Amino acid sequence: MGKTCLVVAALVTISGAGVIGQADHGSQYTQAEIAAGYRLYTTQCVQCHGGNGDGISGVDLRRGVFRRATSDEDLGRVISNGVPGAGMPPFKLEPAELTGVIAFIRAGFDQTASVRVGDPARGRTLYEGRGACASCHRVGGRGALTAPDLSGIGLVRTVAALQRSLVEPATAMVPANRPLRIVTKSGETVDGRRLNEDTYTVQLLDARGRLRSLAKADIRTLTYASASPMPSYSSRLTSDEISDLVGFLTSLREP
Amino acid sequence: MTLRALTRPLIALAILVAASPALAQVTADRLRRASEEPQNWLTYSGGYASQRHSLLRQVDAANVKNLELKWVLPNQVFGAWQATPLVVDGVMYVTQRPNDVLAVDAKTGRVFWQYRYTVSPDARVCCGANNRGLAILGSTLFMGTLDGHLVAIDAAGGRPLWNIAVGNPALGYSITMAPLAVKDKILVGVGGGEYGIRGFVAAYDAASGKELWRTYTVPAPGEKGSETWTGDTWKTGGGSVWLTPSYDAALNQTYWGIGNPGPDWNAELRPGDNLYTDSVIALDADTGALKWHFQFTPNDTYDYDSVQVAVLADISLRGVPTKTMMWANRNGFFYVLNRETGAFLSGTPFVKVNWASGLDAKGRPIATPQPAGQPTWPGNQGGTNWYSPSFSPRTGLFYLSAWEGYASIFRKDPATYVPGRNFAGGGHTVVTPVPGAPGVRIGRYSPINDWTDVVGHGAVIAIDPNTMQRKWTFSQYDVTDSGILTTATDLLFTGGREGYFYALDAKSGDVLWKASLGGQIVNGPMTYSVDGKQYVAVISGNSLYTFALRD
Repeated sequence: MGKTCLVVAALVTISGAGVIGQADHGSQYTQAEIAAGYRLYTTQCVQCHGGNGDGISGVDLRRGVFRRATSDEDLGRVISNGVPGAGMPPFKLEPAELTGVIAFIRAGFDQTASVRVGDPARGRTLYEGRGACASCHRVGGRGALTAPDLSGIGLVRTVAALQRSLVEPATAMVPANRPLRIVTKSGETVDGRRLNEDTYTVQLLDARGRLRSLAKADIRTLTYASASPMPSYSSRLTSDEISDLVGFLTSLREP
Repeated sequence: MTLRALTRPLIALAILVAASPALAQVTADRLRRASEEPQNWLTYSGGYASQRHSLLRQVDAANVKNLELKWVLPNQVFGAWQATPLVVDGVMYVTQRPNDVLAVDAKTGRVFWQYRYTVSPDARVCCGANNRGLAILGSTLFMGTLDGHLVAIDAAGGRPLWNIAVGNPALGYSITMAPLAVKDKILVGVGGGEYGIRGFVAAYDAASGKELWRTYTVPAPGEKGSETWTGDTWKTGGGSVWLTPSYDAALNQTYWGIGNPGPDWNAELRPGDNLYTDSVIALDADTGALKWHFQFTPNDTYDYDSVQVAVLADISLRGVPTKTMMWANRNGFFYVLNRETGAFLSGTPFVKVNWASGLDAKGRPIATPQPAGQPTWPGNQGGTNWYSPSFSPRTGLFYLSAWEGYASIFRKDPATYVPGRNFAGGGHTVVTPVPGAPGVRIGRYSPINDWTDVVGHGAVIAIDPNTMQRKWTFSQYDVTDSGILTTATDLLFTGGREGYFYALDAKSGDVLWKASLGGQIVNGPMTYSVDGKQYVAVISGNSLYTFALRD
């Protein structure tokens, strides 16, 4: 299977499951268009929208969350006309440039083209069956909360990041999701998953499913796990099965 | 409507006119002596020396715990609210996005008038619809606009008096800084360093708006400094100006921090030192003539704008009375210069720096560029940035907001200048421990901190300009873009992205008081007094909060 086909597969999945910002492009975007869009994005858009596409409040380009657009035509209109009151200038782009940048946004900023996105239905079977994913994760209100809820994971992770999480979870866990163990000054031990943190406090979901906010002044030790407790699936599933699981995960798009 | 109902407002108006004295004139002399009337805040930086140090003494270390919220001014503003208000004889003047001006009763927060400027659709700005504030002279306010205009507004009536074009917005020229009034002139500079502009500062007659002088921050062929550019690169050389200058009335010099060269990240496209980008320039206030310059980052490839506020102080430096300029630069070094001559006196890194191994005897960095793909400290947003620092003549310490442990990987790309288009020549990625993990962004856009201190954290640091050593550090979990205010009672007010508003002990860095306001604090706190009561004002998120001691 050639690279172009792989990208097409990814886009079919993304547009097919497009709860937010459904793609209307009549034909599929090509890898060349996505690559051209990447170049344009990194020179024209990244200053405000950021490398992850979420630099503007209420907008997350990579995840397809827009304030003023649903269709690709809407996107083109916003880019071409700008949003004067919000400080976005109009961009007078060539038609091919405009197509490229929309393609890049619709591809979830993912140029890698080496990620295979398999069949979501087969992926769901694996998720519920041999993968035993629900023993830690929750989707649509079902499953444990030990690890992050995945109901909207397709919106917050690119397919490349999803694949990395399955194959090398130890290196793919973002610091914000680190499991932590707290021993309070009163002697209580609290295990949980970090939700938020600032200079004086930390917020977590403890092992019993309670939302806790602790003052750092009341904490004796606060220890973050250095590695993810999630096992690697590279030896548990075949590469086709991992593709199917990625296909299922990227279809999870509850806002 | 009855006749009685019709006449009542007229009678009320007549009483009002009779009871209110005419609006006091903010003369040039008052501006020069602004620190002598600490009940007011007459320029962006609280006075020409830009120390952001107030002589008000009512709030002190003993009673600061009794600060309580007096009023809140909420706004329909989205995105970072970076303005510092002015306060003149009980009236606060503040700007909000994109170019609105509000006149507010400084005691109650009630709004007298609102002026809304309609920004041209041609406006383009790199980093949001920011405006940092106003200048006042006489009874006129002055605001720069996102579409590159300078507007004079009647401080009593809130109506525009004149409106002139400073730069062409279609080519990326904008104004986000608060102008500065000096004598009879209004001084302003232009932003647009990401659009291949040729930066300049200009002076306008306060009465008429007539342009009196203009000095480019990038010299044309034949002019002094032009030898630091190659070919036509000067035409798109950048050198934006988006922060209010400082002024020494005795020397009649204005001091301007100049932004990055264009294109931002590919220095190979513009060989040479690229004067006067990433420099401080001293300009004669009457003529705009260049008196001296000092360049912090020659041939910059990291977007290390020198867009910081020059802090002026006459201090004893290792036993010698010296007219200094103190400068914590985005490039990670803290500098002390002689502001009469621009001579380099001392400089040292205040955060981790690996793009240079140090400074030579003249203050020029000894460059140590990192291999492609390797992290550079400090990262793109710098060791510090435009956040106003403070100097306290009482403690002798210089205070700034710093980003520690924060690095970027820079990338060079080809760049072709197209008028009005972004002219960047590359980009940067925040160094994170996991590929694709959230990294620190230009602002805080969510109540959730999803990138953690692993990629850097904020701190207020106090530096002694005599020893060049850190006196103390106050660390925060998230980074901070807050300005700093100090007072004659050795309090230091500041904030950060977490939305805590702090009063620290300026001598030790200890937290004396804090309030959790919730929204990111990205402006400079300021203080004033009305009817004998001292107020401290700060903007957090979409609201301006004003505190004073409990009645």
